[in-house]
Amino acid sequence: MIAQILSATQTVILGVAACVIYFWGTNWVLDRLLGGANASVAHESRRAAIRPWVFLAPALFFLSLYLIYPVFATLWLSFFDAAGTEFVGFSNFLWALGDPNFQQSVFNNLLWLIVVPSCATAFGLVIAVMADKLWWGNIAKSLIFMPMAISFIGASVIWKFVYDYRSGDSEQIGILNAVIQGLGFEPQVWIQIPFWNNFFLMAILVWIQTGFAMVILSAALRGIPEETLEAARIDGANDVQIFFNIMVPQIFPTILVVWTTITILVLKVFDIVLAMTNGQWDTQVLANLMFDWMVRGVDFGRSSTIALVIMIAVLPIMIWNIRQANQEEGTR
Amino acid sequence: MRMDMSRIFTHIILLVLVVLWTLPTLGLLVSSVRDKDQLSVSGWWSALTTTERTDQARTGAADMQVQENGQFVIAGDLFDGDAAGRQIQFFGVTNNTFGDNKAGDTITLRDGTALTVNADGSYRWVSEEQFDTNRGQRVLYVAATPPRFTLENYEEVLESEGIGRSFINSFTVTIPATIIPILIAAFAAYALAWMQFPGRGVLVAVVVGLLVVPLQMSLIPILRLYNGVMPLFGAESKSYLGIWLAHTGFGLPLAIYLLRNYMASLPKEIMESARMDGASHFHIFTTMVLPLSFPALASFAIFQFLWVWNDLLVATVFLGNNDRQLVLTGRLRELIGSRGDNWEILTSGAFISIIVPLVVFFALQRYFVRGLLAGSVKGG
Repeated sequence: MIAQILSATQTVILGVAACVIYFWGTNWVLDRLLGGANASVAHESRRAAIRPWVFLAPALFFLSLYLIYPVFATLWLSFFDAAGTEFVGFSNFLWALGDPNFQQSVFNNLLWLIVVPSCATAFGLVIAVMADKLWWGNIAKSLIFMPMAISFIGASVIWKFVYDYRSGDSEQIGILNAVIQGLGFEPQVWIQIPFWNNFFLMAILVWIQTGFAMVILSAALRGIPEETLEAARIDGANDVQIFFNIMVPQIFPTILVVWTTITILVLKVFDIVLAMTNGQWDTQVLANLMFDWMVRGVDFGRSSTIALVIMIAVLPIMIWNIRQANQEEGTR
Repeated sequence: MRMDMSRIFTHIILLVLVVLWTLPTLGLLVSSVRDKDQLSVSGWWSALTTTERTDQARTGAADMQVQENGQFVIAGDLFDGDAAGRQIQFFGVTNNTFGDNKAGDTITLRDGTALTVNADGSYRWVSEEQFDTNRGQRVLYVAATPPRFTLENYEEVLESEGIGRSFINSFTVTIPATIIPILIAAFAAYALAWMQFPGRGVLVAVVVGLLVVPLQMSLIPILRLYNGVMPLFGAESKSYLGIWLAHTGFGLPLAIYLLRNYMASLPKEIMESARMDGASHFHIFTTMVLPLSFPALASFAIFQFLWVWNDLLVATVFLGNNDRQLVLTGRLRELIGSRGDNWEILTSGAFISIIVPLVVFFALQRYFVRGLLAGSVKGG
């Protein structure tokens, strides 16, 4: 254990030292090789051409190796068999189309994509609007924001306890069933009720992501000029009218950003399903199905195919984001 | 008047929402410090109240009897010396009747012997004839059990369930994986913000695109790469080095994006006048831009720390499933599988895994929020 801590510390020192040596060293070499202080104009411009790439090289190396190359490798592997050695054409894709688990996952993912971003954004917006009016609004925001810091697996334990079910006459120790019983209904095994259990899993992600939506939207709301709101009030608009006719349109671009950010997260999250049901009782989603085929099924072809489907789902948002970024680059 | 009503309404709605959002976590925290026997039979919201519980115990057998004044007596303590504040209220020897006799009463059993049970658990079983039973008498009782809070659950998960070791492992993964990307990203961000070169726009677009690439795309190729390459250097394919580098790669797009936006918003005049004075890019970067970018560096560091600490996917794929390498999230996942009904283990284990991010979060919330805003609302 001591050795492990030492090795981690050593890595930090080594890593930082390597970075410093690289950046400082290449800078020194660049200055030396291509003339010193009184370098010619030609040398100076050549240095100016090389230097950005010296700054960028380590980052480009990591990005290429860990993100760009894998995208193509995964695409490649999706045409190969379980071990990734034999070319099998489109058979992984055909398998996916006919696989009931895959179909179930796509269906569930669509549910998640509709419910989680809309609920998290709506809750976040309503809370942001209300909290800004009250003196204890900041405390409320802090508490609602807190789940953002909790891991999906930790959140799953928290909610598993909320949904806990005790059979027979024993007292319910899960708060949901206790409340249900208190209201005079039968306690349920919530996470085992097909179809509806999906919503109990989604609630966990909504619980985590509402804080995110709230913080971003709250900042956007503060950007609305006070005069605009004041003018509306003078014209006799009530709170609900102001909310729908002024606030929402004014911050609509931000709502879109929040929505798309949560959408991407929804496609990637697998921990919640893994911990709560592991896809049983019709709750499978693509990310967990991919994980299952990779770790338990050890079928690289099939899991690559599923990963690719997730990637394709993300693609429209990716293109939209790049367009936005390019526009900003142009206006700068 | 109408304004007041809507204001009160707002107070109430927000309060309800806050309660809804905090209750689940509160339940976890409260449960983790409750006595495990109480935790399994009563809801955490009743943790402060004294509960009535039905239980049973056996008296001593014939070998414990002593002779007193011509009678045979078996005496002892139903709680075995571990009353823990429990008070017996009712007792009896059959399922139907044990609610009838108050503590302190003496009841006559079928064979004519007399049994007295007191509130503190002590009992006296008296017979005119010699006892010959080799099993004690079963006694059912209702006991008032006061709430009991304890740190035993934490002791247990830290030591025997391996959470303590995983805690160290999580730190081992997180610290290097947080620090290393920062420097690499800072240089790249500076180049993308303040240097002129062909292809800059394309690179920025690539970074923005990579921001949303699902990790799922990277896992298998990198796993295969590690399996092929690591043995060449005499290393295991599942190693800390592998996960540090992987997290560095996965964290870079956000790091570059955040830092570039921040650096690009620094005042142009400072850079230009420094360039006029003949300062090199390297000099400007290290002495001016890096110190000025501290808030953005801190934001990213918090992000990366939380994300690496809370990550399960990368850790499961690139680290082994053994004591030396299992991080907290992975351990928690195992506990859900193996100790799914032992809520005292799960709640205290989960709490240990979330306490570090919660502390970081509350201590540095300002930077975290600033980072979130810079990261998702476009425009720097």
